[in-house]
Amino acid sequence: MKIELNNVCVRYITGDFTDIGLKDYIIRKIKGTYKVKEFMAVNNVSFSLEKGDLLGIVGSNGAGKSTLLKVISGIMCPSAGTMAIEGSIASLLELGSGFDGDLTVTENTFLRGAMLGYTREFMNSMYSKIIDFADLNDFQDRPFKHLSSGMKSRLAFSIACLVNPDILILDEVLSVGDGAFRKKSEAKMLEVIRSGTTTILVSHSLEQIRRMANKVLWLDKGKQVDFGPTKEICDKYQAFLNGKQ
Amino acid sequence: MIEKLKKNKFLFEELVKRDFKKKYKRTVLGMMWSVLSPLLSLLVMSVVFKQFFGNRTPHYTIYLFAGNLVFSFFKDSTSGGMSSLMANSNIITKINVPKYMFLMSKNISSLINFGLTLIIFFLFTVFDHIPITWRFIFLVYPIICLIAFNIGVGFILSAMFVVFKDTQYLYDIFTLLLSYMSAIFYTTDSYSPMVQKAFYANPIYAYITYFRQVVIYQDVPSLKLHILCLGYAVVSLFIGAMIYKKNNYKFLYYM
Repeated sequence: MKIELNNVCVRYITGDFTDIGLKDYIIRKIKGTYKVKEFMAVNNVSFSLEKGDLLGIVGSNGAGKSTLLKVISGIMCPSAGTMAIEGSIASLLELGSGFDGDLTVTENTFLRGAMLGYTREFMNSMYSKIIDFADLNDFQDRPFKHLSSGMKSRLAFSIACLVNPDILILDEVLSVGDGAFRKKSEAKMLEVIRSGTTTILVSHSLEQIRRMANKVLWLDKGKQVDFGPTKEICDKYQAFLNGKQ
Repeated sequence: MIEKLKKNKFLFEELVKRDFKKKYKRTVLGMMWSVLSPLLSLLVMSVVFKQFFGNRTPHYTIYLFAGNLVFSFFKDSTSGGMSSLMANSNIITKINVPKYMFLMSKNISSLINFGLTLIIFFLFTVFDHIPITWRFIFLVYPIICLIAFNIGVGFILSAMFVVFKDTQYLYDIFTLLLSYMSAIFYTTDSYSPMVQKAFYANPIYAYITYFRQVVIYQDVPSLKLHILCLGYAVVSLFIGAMIYKKNNYKFLYYM
């Protein structure tokens, strides 16, 4: 249950190629107007976490936070640098992904559980707990699209958290549901972390990071500005934000 | 390894269930329709070519059905498979799951459809006084080859569709052309031996021919045809798998 990243870089390509067809592509190639831009979304990031650590990642929009989480989750692969990750990962990069509006809540719970890599036996034994925690007992046979967005988030959060993964990755997802659920989910998170799960959390709420994290990574335009204990980095980041205004 | 396979099996089952439920919208009629629609088109073709054009090929309905059966399985499986990556882009960009799963689960739906149509095909052969013999066992061979061929083509198409969003339209035109070149409703007897050989450059024609030789001509096809059927399947599967392996992390940029 260790995470170690050494000089990880991710090259991202963007350009006008995402929505063109084969015909456009050929025409643009002939005219020489086909362009691909490359940039470093994550540039030279190194840090290591021990079991039970909670890392907060801070930085402005486009700092490469989400890209970094994708690399750690195994969705993208680093274009340079090495990383070593031990243990099972549950990542919550976006609450809605993997759910299908036409399926019922029960069906979606199993589908999403399968995507996160749990076994059927495990899901069978956890199912009632998940539904209880999400407080969706009366909605089990409803199509997922009939749920309110708060309910959807509650379900997603419950599936990811009630299963005690070795590594939990959260991207801006803690502030879900109504006030009561938010309190409940934060308490649950702290419980999961205390049980030894290593957690990585991206949040725009500095106050939340201060409260929960024990280490902080500060990114700016893909580059690693600093990494260290929460108070020190948060104070620096706060000063940086104040200076900007 | 075993643990990993087990996990993937669970995901695979859940994806198959999802695709199945979405396709048929939980109605019996939805499922019946997918069998009924090829039957109706068979009926139309049979009437047109027998009554209007006076086709006198023996067992013409079965001849036509064999062609349609193979071709619609190919078309259904590959055009369904083409969108398998894009339709799941919100999953692929956010959750780490093996990407080939989506294509495989789509193919299961097509395979079920094919299986149902195949049963009706056998009923038709009985109505047409064609004896069902031990040789029918040989049909397992082209079916397995065709499944592999379809998966390979599905890999290639789904990867292309991620990059080029007009693949769908181009492929529609391509399949139309292919259907005319697969001798579905005509026989190749009137062509010169050279042209007859050239037909085998079309994989679908090879699979259709295998079916017809077993069912209508009650014959075990030549070794050459066996090799050809397997060859097409292996080549398509190999190219498709290579494309997926090489671009596994690149699809993301286009979604």
